[in-house]
Amino acid sequence: MKAIEFQNISKRFANATMNAVNQVNLSIEEGEFITILGSSGCGKTTLLKMINRLYEPDEGRIILFGEDISTVDVVKLRRRIGYVIQQVGLFPHMTVAENIATVPKLLKWEKEKIEERSRELLQLVGLDAEEYRNRYPAQLSGGQQQRVGLARALAINPKIMLLDEPFGAIDAINRMKLQDELLKIHGGLKKTFLFVTHDINEAFKLGNRVIVMNEGKICQFDTPRGIKEHPADEFVASLIESTREQKEFWEELK
Amino acid sequence: MTNYVIKHADKWMKAFAEHIWIVLITLLLSVLLASALTIGAMYVNVLGKILIQIFSVIYSIPSLALFALFIPLTGLGMDTAIIVLVLYNQYLLLRNFITGLNEVDPAILEAATGMGMTKVQILVQVQLPLARKALFTGLRLAVVSTIGIATIAASINAGGLGSILFDGLRTMNVYKIVWGAVLAGGFAIVTNEILQKLEK
Ligand SMILES: Nc1ncnc2c1ncn2[C@@H]1O[C@H](COP(=O)(O)OP(=O)(O)OP(=O)(O)O)[C@@H](O)[C@H]1O
Ligand SMILES: [Mg+2]
Repeated sequence: MKAIEFQNISKRFANATMNAVNQVNLSIEEGEFITILGSSGCGKTTLLKMINRLYEPDEGRIILFGEDISTVDVVKLRRRIGYVIQQVGLFPHMTVAENIATVPKLLKWEKEKIEERSRELLQLVGLDAEEYRNRYPAQLSGGQQQRVGLARALAINPKIMLLDEPFGAIDAINRMKLQDELLKIHGGLKKTFLFVTHDINEAFKLGNRVIVMNEGKICQFDTPRGIKEHPADEFVASLIESTREQKEFWEELK
Repeated sequence: MTNYVIKHADKWMKAFAEHIWIVLITLLLSVLLASALTIGAMYVNVLGKILIQIFSVIYSIPSLALFALFIPLTGLGMDTAIIVLVLYNQYLLLRNFITGLNEVDPAILEAATGMGMTKVQILVQVQLPLARKALFTGLRLAVVSTIGIATIAASINAGGLGSILFDGLRTMNVYKIVWGAVLAGGFAIVTNEILQKLEK
């Protein structure tokens, strides 16, 4: 089943001379783990935010499980979609546990169930529940805040997750652990993840398919192997080349 | 002096009670009106700017002049005083309410919206608690300003502590003037101190 479809989507911000997202067509199957790769300002966040209608496209349609999202109730739509925003955006006046409980509370879960779920989630993102659940965001490091942001978005185990650079502030070692953890959470065939990153290694490790974007357009949408073997254009080729150079750098260090 | 204070205790205590009454009613109405206008401004952004502009003009009119303006419409007395005081408060309250609510970090609001909170839920659960300081500051300024201007309202027969002062001025009774001033000023200062303590 198709989980997400973009039909000829364009978005231009007021006062901009170019489309932030330009005539994008794509189709994502249920259960896929899609990573989105591209340089700063190429429209990754804009693409993501049109899925939960934080932005409305100027042109085109987005179809979620066969439904045109512009026709469904926007609040209901958003509650079905987990969203980790790039700037983390934790509520500073709420504790870690209260932050995580936001959506479960909106959905009127029972107190015990919420509590149990928040412990489980903190464990999952590698934070000791006893130590951290009653802290306020200001009492956490940047990376810890990002992990709470991830836990908050996962709270009700949504079928679709939008993750906008969720590991940007996390060190290499913990990042590897969280990547593996996230792959486990994604698991099986039921959940569809869209994961934005600047890091080509991360993109190729996590995604079963990778979207490479440049200047609002999709340059290539293929499996990691497909992209590596047949880069679609110069931009993609230069991206691949950059990892080669990195590898050479490591070789030389020996 | 002490003689006057003791002998006319019933009089000034009645004036004091009137004053408190004017302040309470004014604040209640002011906060209700300001809250309604603020909610309106949350939905239509320009409305907030326009309202603050309008009320800043009204706020700059001297109180005696504004009282005089309303006498033909609503007559002498407490009602007119309360209407004028409520109008003055709108500037102090709206400026703090609206800017306070708008100053909440957009990333936090976006996270809230993205998770599927409704506008009202965001207002109550996120914006109000985060803007608490600004809301409270607006409230404190309004309380202190009301206590002060309500004194002048005695000039249009609204009663309150101002009546002791104006009485004293008319009859050249120094005791009345001093005691009226001490009560009015002291009331404002003490209330301000208490509210500032509470703010922390
Ligand atoms: N709210 C907005 N109003 C106006 N222009 C915007 C807005 N949001 C983004 N843009 C512009 O649209 C383009 C795409 O922005 P977007 O945030 O999608 O980039 P991105 O790929 O997520 O970049 P980064 O990797 O730095 O997060 C940029 O040129 C940006 O300046
Ligand atoms: Mg971005």
